[in-house]
Order: sequence, then structure tokens, then C-alpha cells
Amino acid sequence: MVPVQTAEPEQVPELVERFEAVIAAEQRIEPRDWMPDAYRATLVRQIAQHAHSEIIGMQPEGNWLTRAPSLRRKAILLAKAQDEAGHGLYLYAAAETLGVDRSELTEKLISGRQKYSSIFNYPTLNFADVGVIGWLVDGAAICNQVPLCRCSYGPYARAMVRVCKEESFHQRQGYELLMTLMHGTEAQRAMVQDAVDRWWWPSLMMFGPPDGDSPNTAQSMAWRIKRHTNDELRQRFVDMTVPQAEHLGVTLPDPELRWNEERGSWDFGEPDWSELMRVIKGDGPCNTQRIEVRRAAHEDGAWVREAAAAYARKEKERHG
Amino acid sequence: MTDDHVYLTLAEGDHEAEARWAYGTGFADPLLGVDTAPAPDVDGADLSLYCQLLGDDALVLAQRLIEWTTHAPELEEEVALANLALDLLGQARLLLTRAGQVDGTGRTEDDFAYWRAEHEFRNVRLVEAENGDFAFSIARLLVFATARGALYRRLAEAAPDAVVRAVAARGVKELAYHQEYAAAWLLRLGDGTAYSRERMQAGLDAVWPLVDELFTAHEVELRLGLDPAGLREPVEAELARAIERATLAVPTARPLARIGGRAGREGVHGEALGRLLAELQVVAREHPGATW
Repeated sequence: MVPVQTAEPEQVPELVERFEAVIAAEQRIEPRDWMPDAYRATLVRQIAQHAHSEIIGMQPEGNWLTRAPSLRRKAILLAKAQDEAGHGLYLYAAAETLGVDRSELTEKLISGRQKYSSIFNYPTLNFADVGVIGWLVDGAAICNQVPLCRCSYGPYARAMVRVCKEESFHQRQGYELLMTLMHGTEAQRAMVQDAVDRWWWPSLMMFGPPDGDSPNTAQSMAWRIKRHTNDELRQRFVDMTVPQAEHLGVTLPDPELRWNEERGSWDFGEPDWSELMRVIKGDGPCNTQRIEVRRAAHEDGAWVREAAAAYARKEKERHG
Repeated sequence: MTDDHVYLTLAEGDHEAEARWAYGTGFADPLLGVDTAPAPDVDGADLSLYCQLLGDDALVLAQRLIEWTTHAPELEEEVALANLALDLLGQARLLLTRAGQVDGTGRTEDDFAYWRAEHEFRNVRLVEAENGDFAFSIARLLVFATARGALYRRLAEAAPDAVVRAVAARGVKELAYHQEYAAAWLLRLGDGTAYSRERMQAGLDAVWPLVDELFTAHEVELRLGLDPAGLREPVEAELARAIERATLAVPTARPLARIGGRAGREGVHGEALGRLLAELQVVAREHPGATW
């Protein structure tokens, strides 16, 4: 484990100077490099939240694994859930380079001290939700995450390269599922529209509150952890998605959505930020359920993990 | 900006340009180069039914493994159990597709999976039993993977159909990993803590009555010259070695009785299969004729 640096910046000006020079030169901070405590804490919080989101994000899609209506779709969805477990693993590993460990982060998740993306507190209510999550939720995640491939913290940036490639594959699969459904029966098309109606606004909220209400953005951008503001990324997502929605033949549930010639972008309505705040504070439709499933899996599996640890100790004693 | 470029290529690229995605979508056909014409001296209906016996085992166990998703004891186990399920699902899809080709009905893998009734499923009762705890699931997996690996090794050489031989040849490698995974957990749980040892032994004891059915021939197996009885001794010996290595006792539980001479292979199951299929089939059956 990497020891947590406790030196205050004013005590070691040359370290601060070196850190800032690396950031300014667009180079990477690596685990053994000195870094300010607040930088480390910000990264731990962000990477842990990202890892938790991957793991909790398996639940809404996992809800349809046993019921997927064709064996091909079942295999695709299962491979996707498996990728998400894999993403969680490399992100927890990236967080571990900062001097925390996975079990500690898991405890913080299940005790509510660390968050995950609020989008996963919404229920998946029909099979088209699987496609819409791939298209919109993974699409929004890609918008947020591609700039992180250039994040100033090396292990996180490198993890994001692989994560983004797999996410883009998931987005494509989601879109392909929706295309198939839109070319299917009336009932299938209605499922897609229903899913889009429910997921559109929560997807826009994935970029976080408006810039004016996002106090941490400026510091994260100065540290080159974050590259664009929430509103910039949200706009980019809308601009990418509107033509895809048209191609698909679905209606995005926003009466204010219209092309703005002057800006060369789509104008769109204001998400209901009070809903986002309620979901973040724990009153979302599935917050309790998501944490309970994770907590139960962790606690029910404790005896298995203890057995593995005991066996490993015995093996070490036997073979030195 | 660099990331804008990355973004465009990832998310906005021409959907036809394979290279822009992390993986292509044109996965290799696992049966590439296999002569799929049925052998003239093999009865199509028999071969189809045989493919269903094995395909249903793989499908039903895949469904049970899938139920572990988000409930596994550790994230590494989430990844591993999904892998095993994907392997079995892949085998099921090839075998059920073959079943519909050789019986002349042209039924697809999904016709078999979603549109047959419970009594038409031919899986052994071992695979349909509810997951129980991690120890039961591991015990079941060990038994199934050991037995199915042995069967596939034999079928890869001796099956009277080129497709079944190809599926078995690929499956041998997959099942070898499944067996290794299950045996590794058997060892950790058996020789871990006193508590895990007790639970692992209980898991083995609970699975044991379901072992016999794997080696009890269905008439179609006899007609095709593929009596599984010959696998009993080597498979039981292999299982006994793994169990003893894990410092556990080979169970002595008696086989589960049949019903009027019939069991899973004849379509006579336990109560768990109906609920498993209700869940598996519900969406497909709400939308008859739909394409997914």
C-alpha cells in the first residue's frame, strides 16, 4: 500500500512546484509521486464513486438477464454485466494505488458514506430499458469518461482507455437492440418510446448539476482531473443524441428541444434538478434496494472470503 | 482537442466502420469449416433429441449461474461465474440450433428455449435445482463439469454427428476450466475454516442424490450408442479425488427416486424447473412472433 502523504504544501515548496509543473506539462502523476492531500482525496472519491457505479450498475440490467427474450440477447447482456464487474475491478485497483483498499471502499458504499451514479437508482421496467441504458446511459458515460483518458492521474487515465472502449461497444449494442425493436411490432416500438421517456431526463442529469451549482469543478479542472464543465458535456451529449433519436424514430420527451442555428447546437429544456437532489439524498425509486442487494451479497459472501483467506494462510504455512 | 477526436471516433463514428469500435461485431462462426450435412445412417429425430438432452442441461445450468449475477461473494466471482454461464449458453445455442436442423422442423435455438413446455425440456434434475448457497452451487458445478467434460471428450471422437463433435471438442476446453474453478473453490471451502468446511460438506451431500441421473441412459442415448453408464466409474473416481484433496468425505447419499421410471431426461422434473422457465420465457411469450 502507498503511504498517504501528510506533508503540508507550505512545508515542501519544491514538491508542490514539481507537482504543478507535471500538471502544467500535461504529464501524468504516478502513485509514488508526491501529491497534495486534497488531490489524492478528490481522486479517491471520484474513482471509488466510479467503481461503485460500475458494480451497482450491474443491477438494473441484471434485472433482465434471466428474462432476456432471445438467447443471443441474453448472451450479449451477460457479457455486458461481466464487463461492468471487470471495470469495477480495475477502477478499485486504480483507487488502491492511492492508499485505500477495496474492502474499505465497499464498506463505505454499503454504509452510504460514498456515492455512485444516481442514474442507477431508477428501475428498469421493460426489456427496451436494456437498449436505452446502452444508448443513453452508456452514451452519457462515454461523454463524461473519454476526457478522463487524459486525466492527470496515470492509473485512472489508463484504466479509462479500456473502460471507454468497452463502453462504446455497449453503446453500439444498445443502439442495435433499439433499432431491432423499432423495426419490430407496435408493442416493441411502444416499449422503446416508454423507456426513452423514462431515461432521457435522468441521463441528462448524469452530467451533474449546472455549472453554477458545481463547486468542485474549478479545482478538478485546474488539476486536469476534469477537462470540461458539466454543462459543456451535457450539451455535447444532447448534440450527439438528437440525430441518433431521429434516425431511430423515437421522440425525446422535451418540448423545448430545437436547433439553434446561431450556436450550432440544440437548445433543450431544464432538467428537474429537485428530482436529482432527492435521488442523490437517498429518496430515488431504488436507492434502498440497490444498496441492500450489494450489502446482502457482501455479507452473505463473508464466510466464503474468510475461507479463502484461511486456506491461503494454511498453504503459506505448509509451503513457506 | 485530442479527446474530442477520441470521442468522435468512439461514439459518433460511422456505424458500419468496424475498426472504430473496440471489437468488431462479426464474431467468428464456431462451426466454420465443419461439415454440417447429417450423416445418412443416423436417425434425425434421435440426433435432435440427443442434442436437446445436452443443450437443455447447458441452458438450464447457464440460467442458474446467471442468477448469481450481483449476488456473488466477490467481484472476481462475478466475472468468473458469468464466464461459465456464457460458455454453457454458447454450447446450448449450438446444440439447440442443431436439434432443429436435423429433425427437419427448422426450429431455432429460441423456439426450443422459449416455446417448449416444461415437460418437453430434457435436462437432468441436477441442473435445475435452485442455487442454494455458494457451496451447493460449487458442488453442483464440480459434478456437472467433471461429468460433462468426460462426456465431451468422448463425443469429440465418437459422436455420430460432425456438429456435435465440433461442439464437444470446443466444450472440452471450456469444461476443463469450469472443473478447475469448482475444484479450486471446493479446496478453499473444504480446507478453509471449520464453518466453510461444514457448509461445503453439506453442499456436496445435498448434490449427491442428483448425480446418478447423469449416468442413467435415456433410450435415445442407447440407440445412438452413447450410453453414459460407462462414464460413471471414471467420473466418480475423479470427483472422489477432488473431494478427498479438499479433506472432505465422499457423500454416501442415495440417488433421488424416479417417478414411474422417468426423470428429467424423459421430461419429468422437480418443481423448480417450472419457475425457472416461467422467468426465462415470460418476455418472449408476451410477444409471439416478435424478433429481438
